[in-house]
Amino acid sequence: MKKIKAPFTEAEALNLAAGDRVLLSGVIYTARDAAHKILVEMLARGEELPFPLKDQVIYYVGPTPAPPGRAVGAAGPTTSGRMDKYTPALLAAGMRAMIGKGSRSEEVVEAIKKYRGVYFAAVGGAAALLSRQIKKMELVAFPELGPEAVYRMTVEDFPLFVINDCYGRDFYREGVKKYKCLSPFAKQL
Amino acid sequence: MRKIGWEKIKETVKILCQQSNFCLRDDVLRALRAAQEKEISPAGREVLAQLVENAAVASEEKIPLCQDTGLVTVFIELGQDVCIEGGFLYDAVQEGVREGYLEGYLRKSVVADPIRRTNTGDNTPAIIYTRLVPGDRLRITVMPKGGGSENMSALKMLKPADGLEGMISFVLETVEKAGPNPCPPIVVGVGVGGDFALAAHLAKKALLRPVGTKNPDPFWAGVEEDLLAKINSLGIGPAGFGGRITALAVHIETHPTHIACLPVAVNISCHATRSAEAIL
Repeated sequence: MKKIKAPFTEAEALNLAAGDRVLLSGVIYTARDAAHKILVEMLARGEELPFPLKDQVIYYVGPTPAPPGRAVGAAGPTTSGRMDKYTPALLAAGMRAMIGKGSRSEEVVEAIKKYRGVYFAAVGGAAALLSRQIKKMELVAFPELGPEAVYRMTVEDFPLFVINDCYGRDFYREGVKKYKCLSPFAKQL
Repeated sequence: MRKIGWEKIKETVKILCQQSNFCLRDDVLRALRAAQEKEISPAGREVLAQLVENAAVASEEKIPLCQDTGLVTVFIELGQDVCIEGGFLYDAVQEGVREGYLEGYLRKSVVADPIRRTNTGDNTPAIIYTRLVPGDRLRITVMPKGGGSENMSALKMLKPADGLEGMISFVLETVEKAGPNPCPPIVVGVGVGGDFALAAHLAKKALLRPVGTKNPDPFWAGVEEDLLAKINSLGIGPAGFGGRITALAVHIETHPTHIACLPVAVNISCHATRSAEAIL
């Protein structure tokens, strides 16, 4: 288990390999589909983003509203593939890592290699458990997007798995390869 | 005629929305625990342990199991001898969903238009299916379902000549293509027969059947068992990190169909397969 602090630099990314289990502490930002679209449009227009992107970790999450007395409601990862269209542009602009669930496109995997990024997965659907590791949540931008607004989160020992490292490895593919055992009855896939 | 009040229906729907999001179904929790015994991949075992703990934390602290508290589908079985007093049945259902989501701090995940995409702000409208049945009771089943697993679902109009083999291949292809995205271990609902629309409806309804129960027809029960074994040989595993437990169950529902048709629909549900039911 590796403990790392967010935000983090290229040097840190070089130390992470697909399959590593990581506990992440520090500050991360949330963004999903709608926020990604706006951020990438702002970059294309050469505008300044509502938060500094350099070395930051973006968490693909739309939390449930925080009940009274809690920092956040349930906050597990959403499916990352929907952000694929926007991800290379954000990596090119300095983003270091992403937290989500599910596989990424070839373009994203290439961009992760090129810009020395990392793609982490948190366990999808373990949202009540994960919310315990989120200590603080503040609105940063786009409140009109409701659950899709951008928040700054302070996390402590947030449990992650490295899926795509900056060497081009993919933990999902490796896992499936290791455990695939077609029964004699199964049709060739 | 037996009378049921509008307010009672609204309150029931509200409670069911919250209950289904905070408390994992007993049958699903049992299946996750059983999976812990069977899973051989270390990462897979860790995921299953997190999911079992997540269910405990969610119900104790009244925090949703998953932040995607879903688009709500409500299945209603209305006894023909029931009279609804005080307003329209569907308004009671929508108001119950609205209050359930606002007061329960559940996420509002519905946009008013599929292309223009403005959030409705209260998680309505729910999708309502009503079936008229004999008797004087009202059965309400609330099923919130997340977008991640819904997006991995598929429907295909097969040729009758494709037969059982074609049907099995299509289900396997759909699950393999979904990979880690729908939050495995999944529950696979399969609708076979009827028409284009009914096959999808049956696939969805199949997810309501308790995990661990079989199709009453021994032929289809056998197909369910065979498909589950095949899916669990794909290697996807819990959270897609590799492993033997990719699915907790395969549920098949069938219906007579046209001589030219073999519709097959696959509705995938995540490990947090949620529903709650009440009979008034």
